[in-house]
Formats: sequence, structure tokens, C-alpha cells
Amino acid sequence: MKTVAQFAIGYEQLLDAGGRPTGELPAFAQDAGELTRMYRMMVLCRMFDAKAINLQRTGQLGTYAPCTGQEATHVGVGAAMRPEDVLFPVYREYGTQLWRGVTLTEILTYWAGDETGTNFAGPRQDFPWCVPIGSQAPHAAGAAMAFRIRGEPRCAVAYIGEGGTSQGAFYEAVNLAGARRLPTVFVIVNNGWAISVPASAQTGAETFAQKGIAGGVPGMQVDGNDVIGVRAVMEAALARARAGEGPTVIEALTYRLSDHTTADDASRYRPADELAAAWQREPLPRLRAYLAAQGHWDDTREQQLRAACAAEIDAAVKGYQSRPRPAVGAMFEHLFAHPPAALAEQREQATRYPPPAH
Amino acid sequence: MARVTLVESINLALNRALADDPDVVLIGEDIGVNGGVFRATQGLQQRYGEWRVQDTPLAEGLIAGMSIGMAAQGLRVVAEIQFMGFMYPALDQIANHMARLRNRTRGRLTCPVVIRMPHGGGIHAPEHHSESLEVLFCHHAGLRVVCPSTPAAAYGLLLAAIRDPDPVIFLEPTRLYRMARQEVLDNGNALPLDRAQILREGDDVTLVTWGAMTHESLQAAQQLAQRKISCEVIDLTSLSPIDHDCILDSVAHTGRLVIVHEAARNAGLGAEIAATVAERALYDLLAPVERVTGYDTVMPYFGLEKAYIPGVDRIVDAVLRTLET
Repeated sequence: MKTVAQFAIGYEQLLDAGGRPTGELPAFAQDAGELTRMYRMMVLCRMFDAKAINLQRTGQLGTYAPCTGQEATHVGVGAAMRPEDVLFPVYREYGTQLWRGVTLTEILTYWAGDETGTNFAGPRQDFPWCVPIGSQAPHAAGAAMAFRIRGEPRCAVAYIGEGGTSQGAFYEAVNLAGARRLPTVFVIVNNGWAISVPASAQTGAETFAQKGIAGGVPGMQVDGNDVIGVRAVMEAALARARAGEGPTVIEALTYRLSDHTTADDASRYRPADELAAAWQREPLPRLRAYLAAQGHWDDTREQQLRAACAAEIDAAVKGYQSRPRPAVGAMFEHLFAHPPAALAEQREQATRYPPPAH
Repeated sequence: MARVTLVESINLALNRALADDPDVVLIGEDIGVNGGVFRATQGLQQRYGEWRVQDTPLAEGLIAGMSIGMAAQGLRVVAEIQFMGFMYPALDQIANHMARLRNRTRGRLTCPVVIRMPHGGGIHAPEHHSESLEVLFCHHAGLRVVCPSTPAAAYGLLLAAIRDPDPVIFLEPTRLYRMARQEVLDNGNALPLDRAQILREGDDVTLVTWGAMTHESLQAAQQLAQRKISCEVIDLTSLSPIDHDCILDSVAHTGRLVIVHEAARNAGLGAEIAATVAERALYDLLAPVERVTGYDTVMPYFGLEKAYIPGVDRIVDAVLRTLET
């Protein structure tokens, strides 16, 4: 039998777990200001996560999906995108969203049970959080189709978890993007666990990156805890998409150091030694070590950064806590541009039966 | 003015929408060179090109899902689902995202999408080609559901649906696609959404129906007229929202109501109509409400479809029962 097609999956890591470059770093990494901005965002996400979990534990927030451990992937992707690109997130990629202009207050407002938080003042075209797993992937392919039809040099970026790649919607979106060479990047965040099911149980494939191959879409892996590596492969994939060369699947290998959500207890299913080992590879210390080795970081600057982040988070918490409760009519208000008459009657009824104050 | 069939009037409306608005894009399976399995998109790809009238990969969930991303970018997407029985994978995207995007982003992102689907049986088709699943859409907030029964209504309502800023499920009765011709003026005029239409005025009994069942209902009304029984026939046309005022006005006049639909009886739209009349016009009624519907069985393969779809005799008998009291 002759071979008619062959494929390979590459792996990229530019900064190892100790923060040492594995080779020459890309241009953006020569800019200390840019790297410290990325570091700052990763620290902000880590501290925000802790705060949000605290707010949930004290009854001030609903179920919250933490991002701890995945900050490098999220910030690397966000920093590579252009403002005019469009993001299709899952529900924990705050680093990307914050980079693109979503605010901490909006994130808290959403998880506090109010859809108003998805009405982003910054990235007006970015999609909101997507709870039904994998269902956002076709939206990204559709947006990319719109860019293609209009000849706009923009890209759609879809996140998906490694568990989400088991959904048909993911394959359907990758297949369309491959068939029409749409400017899309699918970022598979392989954080090891889909709630309680390990990545090894989702697929018999050696990598999740290769799930693009059957759709005619090149796939690659990157160390998802290496923010420089993530940004570099993401920039390359976006450049490729913008040049009309089609989509890319990127599998970012990271680890969910947190529970799935605040309603989850990962100790029920996750080996403690695996978690301990993952903390040794986590993303923040390695970028900090690199910055320190270059003379761009020290304890004083770290303390200043943490104080600034704490103040920013406190201000955001005050912001969402001082927001008015949604009015009863809000559930009727945005169903239609031109609401059917019958809805007015139900709205009037709902207004007469407001919910208890607490 | 041309005399056209219902499917030809859909083609006219699609052509008009594509010509008038560069943001209108058609997607679906076999809608390009082939012009759709019912030929609703015949000739359009040749005229507007492969990107504005495009064949998608064979995946209904994708068709609905990609429509959302396209529409949120400002395109006006008209998607075709080849047969209603194939729409279930698309329902996930329609219910979870298309119907909700405006609401969950507080109006920031919207979905001006029309999903066209053939509706109903009676054309000797294979299994899964003859379903009447309108209630699955009517139950979801954020969607309009429209089902025209004449070429002129199909033309005007499809244009209205395409121009509407929100998602519209547009059901096309397959049995009527080529049953009759009607003068349709291709003038780009849309008809109002959300309205029922009175197909025949009458005094004794109100018949409420939609889609292909308008045909049997009008035949029944004609037969009954020979027996001096006068039926008012309402084509619901807008299945969500329902034009209850039109029905209530008619029932106030006739005092009798028969609801006719091809879909299964259990939790069918007839129940919603009957309940609303019970709530708001019980004392107008001179007789119990009757429902003439498909049975609570699987839509049978075509060998028995004529036994499933309500016939004229079943409708006539139901009307006569309302006159016994």
C-alpha cells in the first residue's frame, strides 16, 4: 500500500518551566514593556480569581468558573489578537477578554446572575460566555465566513476545552473552516480535565491538535503555560488566516489548578500528586523568572504590581456591588427588536409580582 | 404580474432580497447549482455567485450555528434546512443561541436569520421528510414562526422575515409547493408579521388552521356551505406569536371553534389556541372546542400518510359535532 497523505503535529515551547529561553525569542519578547504588561495581566487574573471565589463562598456571587493555572494561554492569545478580530470564548478565558477590553466589573456582573455583564462596553462584537459546551465553534466559523464574504482582513478566534472537542459542533466548525479556508483559529485549551473526566478518556488520539487534520486544518501543540510560546504560535496562526491561508488548530497544554467551578470539588476525582506536580509547571513564576533574569523585575515591582491589582479588583467589586438589581422588566426587554403585543401583558403581570428583596 | 406556484414565489422573494440588499446571503445543502431539492433557490447561485448563495457541508447543526456568527456580523442569513425531520441538530443552536443572543447580550448582538424548512407530509417522501414540528419552535422565546399557505403570502412574508431584525422560522408546506398558482406582484412589498389571515368569512363555525391544512379546511368549508353551514376559515399564518385577537373576534361572532392541524395532537398548537379561547372567550362558546389533528403516532411512512393527515371528512364531522349542541 502506498502512502497518500502524511501528517505531523509540532510542539512549541519558547520559555521552559524554569523561565529559560529554549532558543531565540520572537520580536515582541524583546520589548520589556510588552512582557511586563503580559505578566501584569496574568497576575491580575490570578488575584481576581481568588477574589471571585471568595465572593462566591460568601454568597456575593453565583457559581464561578476559575482560570487559575491557565493565565498564560489566555493572555498569550489575547495579546496576539487585533482589536478588530472577534473572540468566541468558553467561560473562563478572562485573560483574553480583559486584554481585549472586557472589564472586571462586567465579569462579576455576569457571574452575579445578570446578563447585563455580557453587554461589553469594550469589544462590542466579541461573543459572550458560552455555556453549552462546544456550541460556540460554529459561531466563529460563521463570523469568519462573514469576513471572507466581505473581504475583511479580520479573524475569528474560538476557544474550546479538550473535552469540548468531543462535541460534533467542534468538528463541524473545523470542517467548514477547512473546506472554505476561513480566517479562524481554534484554540483548544487542554487543561487536563473536563470536570471529572481526564483528557485521556476523551479521545484515543495522541493529541487534540490532530483533530484539525481530518478537516484539512493544520494542528499544533504549544506549552500553554509559556505565554511567549502561546503568543508566538497564535500570532503566526492569525497572520496565516489574515493572509487567506486558512484556519489553524492550536492545542495549548496547560492545567486547571482550580476546581471546574465553585460548585465542584476536584479532590473527589483528581490525584493530589498530579495537582502538586502541575503547580511546579504553573505559568506565573516562569515569566517572572525570565523578567528578573533580564533585569526587568524584582520584589519591589512585584509588591507594587500586587497592590495595584488589588486596588483595581476592589474597585471592580465595588462597581458590581453598587449596580442596581435588574428590573423585572429586563427579562422581557431584549427578546425582540419589535416585541409581540402579547408579551406586554406578561411583562405587566411580572411587574406586579416583583421578587422578594433577598 | 405572473401566476406562480408557492415555491416559485419563494424563489422570487429570495431573488428580490438578494438584489436589494448586499448583506443577504443564502446558505444550505444543495441550494447552489442544484437550486435546492424543491428548486426554491433555482438560478440564484448563477446570478449572485458562490459566496452569496452557498452550499454548506452536510451538517444542519453547523448551518444554524454558522448563521449565528454570520448574522452577528451584520449579514442577513437565509438558511435552508432540507427537510424538517433533519432539523433536530439545528434545534440546539436555534434554541440555545439564535433565539437568545439578543437577550443575553442585552441587545448588543442580534441574529437576523431566516431558517426556511419544508413542513408537513403528503408528498410520498421517504421517512423523516414529512414532519410538522412547529411547536418545538413556538415554545422558545425569541423566535418568530411563520407558515404561509399561498404564493402571495409566501412572497410577502418571506421578505418580511428577511428584513426582520430577529430570527424567523419560516415553514413551507411541501404539499402546497406546486399545488396552485396565484398572481404575485414581484414589487418587493413585505406583508406584516404576527397576523392571522381570514381566508373565508363565515357565521356559524370558526375554523383555525395553517400550512397545507388550509387546503382541506377550505374544501370542508365549501362542502358545508352546500349544507347551509357557514364556516369562517382563519389561516393562522403566524404560529408564534399567535394572533389571538383575530381568533377571539371570530369566535365572538360564530360561537364555535374547530382547530385543524397536521401536527400531533398532544401538546400541539391547537391546545394553546383552545386554552386561550377557554380563558378569554368561554362564554362566547356555544359548543365545546374541537381539534382535528394528526394522531399521537410517529408520522407514518407514506403508505399511511393520507390516513394520518386530517382529511376533509374528519373536518366536516368535527364542524357538525359543534353544531349538535
